[in-house]
Formats: sequence, C-alpha cells, structure tokens
Amino acid sequence: MGRIFRDIAIGILAIAVLAAVPHLIPGKAFQDFVIRCSSMALFATSLNLLVGYTGLSSFGHGLFFGLGTYSFALLMQRTGISLPMAFIATLLINAVTAVAVGAICIRLRLIYFAFVTLAMQMLMHSIIISWVGLTGGDQGLQGGIPRRVVAGIDLGNQYNLYIFAAVVLVIGLLIMRHIVNTSFGTSLRMIRDNEARASFLGIVVWRVKLTVFVLSAVFASVGGIVMSLFVSGAYPELINWPISGDAIFAIVMGGVGSFLGPTVGTMILLLLNDVVTRQTEYYGLALGIIILAFALGLRRGLLDFITERLGGRPAGGIS
Amino acid sequence: MDLDALLGCVTSSSCLVTQTTSGLIVGMLLFMVAAGLTLIFGVLKIVNFAHGTFYMLGAYIAYSAFMFTGSYVLGVLAGGLGMAIFGVIFERVLISRVYGANVLMQLLICYAVVLICDDLVKIVWGPDFYAMGMPPAFQVPPLFIAGGVVPPFYIMLIVVALAIGGALSLLLGLTRIGKIIRAAAHNPNMVSALGINTTLLYSLVFAVGGMLAGLAGGLAAPVRSLTPGMGFSILIESFIVTVIGGMGSIGGALIAAVVLGLIRSFGTIGFPLFTEGLMYIAMIIILVFKPSGLFGKEIV
Repeated sequence: MGRIFRDIAIGILAIAVLAAVPHLIPGKAFQDFVIRCSSMALFATSLNLLVGYTGLSSFGHGLFFGLGTYSFALLMQRTGISLPMAFIATLLINAVTAVAVGAICIRLRLIYFAFVTLAMQMLMHSIIISWVGLTGGDQGLQGGIPRRVVAGIDLGNQYNLYIFAAVVLVIGLLIMRHIVNTSFGTSLRMIRDNEARASFLGIVVWRVKLTVFVLSAVFASVGGIVMSLFVSGAYPELINWPISGDAIFAIVMGGVGSFLGPTVGTMILLLLNDVVTRQTEYYGLALGIIILAFALGLRRGLLDFITERLGGRPAGGIS
Repeated sequence: MDLDALLGCVTSSSCLVTQTTSGLIVGMLLFMVAAGLTLIFGVLKIVNFAHGTFYMLGAYIAYSAFMFTGSYVLGVLAGGLGMAIFGVIFERVLISRVYGANVLMQLLICYAVVLICDDLVKIVWGPDFYAMGMPPAFQVPPLFIAGGVVPPFYIMLIVVALAIGGALSLLLGLTRIGKIIRAAAHNPNMVSALGINTTLLYSLVFAVGGMLAGLAGGLAAPVRSLTPGMGFSILIESFIVTVIGGMGSIGGALIAAVVLGLIRSFGTIGFPLFTEGLMYIAMIIILVFKPSGLFGKEIV
C-alpha cells in the first residue's frame, strides 16, 4: 500500500507544480507543450503496456488514439450529451472496438501482429477518409467542440484545459502504474518472458493478452480525447500511421523498461520537434541523425540507460 | 462507391484491357520491391522498413543518369547498381548492429534512414515533383488490344519485371549461391559452421534486395512522378504483398503483387475513396484465415 500512497503523493505534487508554473512563466507556449505532452504521453504509456510489459509489438496503436479523437468530437458535435458522458462513451466505443480488433490480432505472432495492427489502423483511416458525410473526409471534423463548461469550469479556457490535461495525465499514469504492479501485471511480464511457461502455470494467455489490449486501447483513447479538446475537432493526421510511429519512437527513446520511459520519450520527441523545426527546414535529417545516435549509441531508452547506470535492476522489454 | 461504373468497366473490353494492364504494371513494380523485401526477411529475419527509400533513390539515380547519358537502359542499370551498393553500406554500417534486436529497434533505425534520405533527396534534387517522361525509344503510338489502349512501355515493363523475377528464381533454385542462401534462411548457424562466410552472404542478400528495389525505381521513373517521400506508399503496399504472399516466398510475392495491382486499378473505378481500404481488408482476411500468408511456412 505504501507504494500507492507514495505514487499518489508524487502525482499531487506534480499537479501542484504544474498549476503554479504558468504564474511564473507567462505565455501560452509552455501550456500548449504540456497539453500536447499529456495527450501523447498517455498514448505512448498505453502502448508500452503492450510493447514493454507484454511483448506485443503493435504498429497500429494510433487506431485507438485517432478513434478517441473522432468518437469524442463526433459525440460532442452530433449528440446533446454532456462532456463527461461523451468521455465515458468514447472509452466504451474504444473498448468494444478493441475487443473486436484484439480478437483478430492477438493470436498472430510477432511481425504478423505488428502488420495486422497497422493494417487495422490504416483500414480505419481509409474508412474515415471515405466517409465524408460523417467525418468530413480529409478535411477533418471542423466546427469545434461545443459545451465545454463542466461543473462551472470552462475547458475552452487555455489554463483550465492545461490543468485538466495535467490531472488526466496524472490519474491515467497512476491507474496504469497500479495495473502493472498488480498480479495481472506480473502475468503480463511472464507472458512477455516465456509464453509457454506462463501457459503451463495456468495463465489463460489469450484472455490476459486481450484484456491488456483493451485496457491499452482505452488509455490511448483518453490521450485522444485530450488531443481532440486541444485541436477542437479531429483530423485524419491523428489516425494516420505516423502517429503510431511517434508513440513507438517515444517509448523506444524514453525506455520500455521504465514505467515513466514513454513519458520522458514523449517530452524528448516534442522538444525535438519544437526546437528542430524552428532551427532548420530539414527536420527529418536532424531527427534521423538524433535517432541513430540514440539507437546505436545508447542501444536502449534514455530512462533505461540511466536506471542501469545508477545500478538499478536491468531493464526488461527490448533487448 | 460506384458499382455501376465498375460493372460498366468489367463488361467493356476496352476498359477491361486498359485497367488490367495498368493493374499489371503496378503489380510488377510492387513485385520487384516486395521480392527484395521478402528475400531479406527470409534470410536475415530483418524487416527492412527502409525498402521504399531504396526504390525512391533508385528512381532519382535513374533519372539523373538518364539526363546525363541520354540512355534509359543505362539509367535503370545505374539505379539498380547504385542501390546494390547502398544496400551493402546500409547493411554493414547500420543493420548489422541490430541483428537479433527487437523489431522496434530495427524499425526505429530504418525510420531514421527514411527521414534522412527523404531530406537528402530534397537537398540534392529539390522538393519539387520531377517527371522523367517517356524515353525516346518508347515515344511511339500505343497498341490497341481489343479496343484498350496499351503503351508499349507497359509491355516492356511487364516483360522485364517477369524476366528479373524468373532470373531470381533460377538463381535461388539452381545455382550454388542460391542453395547457400536458402540454407542460410533455414539455419544460419549450420551454414556458418560449414565454413561459409555468412557476413558476406548477408551483405550479398542486401545487395540483391537493394538492386531489385533500385531497378524497380528506375523502371517506374517514366510512369511515376518523382518526389521525396514517394517510397512510403510503395513500402506499405509491398509489405501487404509480402504478408499476403507469405514472408520469404518469392512466388507468393508475385501472385499477391498482381492481385493487389488489380485491386488497385479496378478499385479506383468502383471505390475511388476506399481503394486502400480494400487492400487492407484483403490483408486482414488472409491473415485471419491463414496467419502465415498464402505461401508462407507455418511459423517464421
């Protein structure tokens, strides 16, 4: 129990610090950064439940991030339900979709799993692009998100949205942290390390895999909801393949063996994005060289590297 | 969705011929890229996510060599040779460091190479579209087959691609080096223990894979516009081809590539906005019923 209270205390502290920062640093840039970070970090950490903890390399996790943005934005625009209801309904839509997609994908091995998840994402992307009447096609869902006032707090206000994003991120991370520390989390790691042994010990492998697939989809869609509020709508880029690439990039850069690795990786990615695009028009060239330096130099994520240097337990996951 | 148009096309012989040939050339280009991809995967168990970049660089090199020498044949050969060399360098400098590493690490390194090469192309050739135009030898009136328009270049492209595919099968099936490659795909440690230099073999496989993609790029240059990033869509499609055909199977790649090319060319008539969706559906259906692909071995 001690661990849970410690984690919650750290979470509350983080929110308090974040709430104070805009009073010290004026300007919207930092708040924008934190909102985007919160959205992507939730998404990347949810992917790491699959990649780092269960050993399922999904290339198409962006399906659930993008579906989160589209279902939330559509529910807010097309129905009269309140924001919290739309939030919950979005999670349900994603959970149901994840059961269907997961049932097809999880029985495939390694590289086939990776490709079919990517194909599923691209299929959803094609559906969204071609269903112009519902989704606005390649123009995206414009027209903004109405009814943003929840319990007297207006999420249309930048600072309020910033606090909301920070709180959602901290709560999301705490829940995922708790999940990987339960016996269910132990089952995940056992499946990753030796699926046959896990099966002999009585773990119903497909059920555990499907459960974690659905859970990670739900958390990815929470990231999508934050993004939808930030961009006031939903756009095809948010469900296209590079969004999955960004999440993979974030978890490999940050470290798959550390719980906060994907969050750190997201910050690295977004910082690189902001700094490099300001300095040069050759963003890909600069980013590519940095990736190579990381991948071939450290050979593991930043946080895993630091943990190992500090003499911590050897990181699992990617090897 | 426009099923009437699709029905109209299938029942008219001119449209049928035109769409079939354009589907076939898409299929043949896909086959050449996918054959290299599947060969590299079969032997090295590496998924080369940078393979589309090989194709793009091959097309650009062929374009420049054509402009310099005025000979289309030399242009295509330069594309193939350039990418064979590039493939070896790529394998030695980068990929050889991540053999046996997690597929995500391989993905990340290839992704970096894709980003770097796309920008290098922008720096060297500029960000604009290039059109190579038909080589002079093919600036002749098209053939009319059953009312359908068939440019002679298309026929040449199909014949050359099939010849290259045939040569590759003969190389793998009949020669000593082909036997070694197939043996290495099966059990690299045993091949190495028998005194064969597998390091050299791996570079050779990358050279062949790179060459195929480079040749495909050169062959595609007259009928495709050249642009940085042109490698991506063919990468995704050739992955679909290798997965449907079965990873490691060259024959499977040929059949899957032709099927995909036809889905593309007829799909643009019947389902203009959903053509890509059709390809993904085909891939998902096949993998659900036969997880190793049409001609793949059971567990790879």
